[in-house]
Amino acid sequence: MTESSSACSTGEIHDLTVAGIAEALAKGDVSSREVTQAFLTRIESVEPDVRAFLTVTADVALGMADEADRRLAAGERGPLLGVPVGLKDLICTEGTRTTGGSKILNNYIPPYDATVARRLREAGAVFVGKLNMDEFAMGSSCENSGYYPTHNPWDLERIPGGSSGGSVAAVAARECPASLGSDTGGSIKLPAALCGVVGIRPTYGRVSRYGILAFASSLDQIGPVTRDVRDAAVMMNAICGHDPKDSTSAPVDVPDFTAALGRDGSDIKGLKIGIPKEYFLQGEEGRGGMDPEVEAAVRKAADALVGLGAELVDISLPHTQYGVATYYLVCTAEASSNLARYDGAHYGHRATGASDIIDMFTRSRNEGFGAEVKLRIMLGTYALSAGFYDAYYMKALKVRTLLKRDFDVAFEKVDLILTPTSPTPAFKLGEKADDPLQMYLTDIFTISPNLAGLGGMSVPCGFTSETNLPIGLQLIPPAFGEETMLRVAHAYEQTQTWCERAPKL
Amino acid sequence: MSKINKQDIDKVALLSRLSFTDAEAEKFAGQLSQILEYAEKLNELDTEGVEPTSHCLNLTNVMREDIPQASLTAEQALANAPDAEDQCFKVPPIIQESG
Repeated sequence: MTESSSACSTGEIHDLTVAGIAEALAKGDVSSREVTQAFLTRIESVEPDVRAFLTVTADVALGMADEADRRLAAGERGPLLGVPVGLKDLICTEGTRTTGGSKILNNYIPPYDATVARRLREAGAVFVGKLNMDEFAMGSSCENSGYYPTHNPWDLERIPGGSSGGSVAAVAARECPASLGSDTGGSIKLPAALCGVVGIRPTYGRVSRYGILAFASSLDQIGPVTRDVRDAAVMMNAICGHDPKDSTSAPVDVPDFTAALGRDGSDIKGLKIGIPKEYFLQGEEGRGGMDPEVEAAVRKAADALVGLGAELVDISLPHTQYGVATYYLVCTAEASSNLARYDGAHYGHRATGASDIIDMFTRSRNEGFGAEVKLRIMLGTYALSAGFYDAYYMKALKVRTLLKRDFDVAFEKVDLILTPTSPTPAFKLGEKADDPLQMYLTDIFTISPNLAGLGGMSVPCGFTSETNLPIGLQLIPPAFGEETMLRVAHAYEQTQTWCERAPKL
Repeated sequence: MSKINKQDIDKVALLSRLSFTDAEAEKFAGQLSQILEYAEKLNELDTEGVEPTSHCLNLTNVMREDIPQASLTAEQALANAPDAEDQCFKVPPIIQESG
């Protein structure tokens, strides 16, 4: 491979990025079958340690690879044609088991593709498997999977972050060069930061949610995980766009995101980048308190952007401290409604021995759902119930308006906002498992922009010195402003070499 | 004082179609109380006259033409059914015969 093919490619086939693979396929250096086989071999070798996959679809993958090879032989070219990808296991895939990380869907085989799966299929991507996650995307560590936790490839005793833990761990461990995750309160951005990969949450409405197992419908959004910014733009091109099958899909034009990257850092000259003071506070003990190395790495990245001609502007997002409370009332209310569908009647787990239908519903849900899902259904049902609706749910919706206004005001002054993605690097498995509130506060920096409907991304910006754990920075653009975000991320990426590091597995 | 007691748990569990052992109910009561106490934080804010945001996109009444389109066959729709009979989902009794 030539150096220009990709910022982050070295060595073996499984070390190639999406762009590197597409180039090798286009030249005829390798076939999609060979590439796919190389990743399946990699999966076999590291998966006992990482456990990023719930289902590896080797036969499906090789069939799709052969089809891609036929299209390549016929002269067709495409940035994802013949490239292996993994999908978070809440994206419905026709004929391949889709569990949402839940035992209640242990045997569910969707009769149709989610729109994002269909779009990737049409682009010629090769599906290597379905990726682990917190059950129904409820969690920040991937420990709430109904099956088993995923391990952080940089330190196997630590969590990869969640809920898209499998999606980020698989890319970090080079089990696939790209994947899709979903982000409700930070479920792509947070784990991407903790595993040292690029993760994008598109603006709400940018990507179809048709065929996605719903958690909180006003927040859920599908997005890509890759090793560098260019690959993320390639994936965005493939998955974004209006979908008549999703009534909340935004009827807006989709730009060519790879064209938005620009050539070099000079493209960001004069851009105003907001630094919100509330994201750099030393929090109360254990509650959002920032690791000094994280703060230093993020400030250094901001300085690098100044070196490229951007201007840093101090801003305030005054309602930030109310984000987590607002989020956990809104998302649980929506979840309690969305998850009412899992009743054992039409698909999924059904308990045996029920005396009547209510008993069947209750037993099936009791057996099928894990503790965190039950807790959130209970919280959401309580917040929506008669007598408490105004005090909790309606109050949260009003505070959501205030949080959104914070961003509206900020974007009158700046083009983009820069923050840490997570206040700390990855914590150890089990460390927060019995304390839901501490776990919820993990998402403190990713939640507020999500409540405002905004997109964002996490970009690697360093490593801790002693523990060698990845650190990520979060970029937040105005609604549908992903091009600016990608341009800045790409410009920053050119100034450093973080993405060349690989975990030792 | 705990915000949520055993009675609350029983009531919400019934609405949620869930049921718990006493030990589980006690654990959930503690966790829910802790989270709701944290949520009280929102009461520091005066939201009088603030419009609620249930959704961030300004989309209303998204409709399509009322024309039949391709859909799943009955076989496909029933393929994941735990129990089925005569092209219907089969479930335990919904209405019990009285006396």
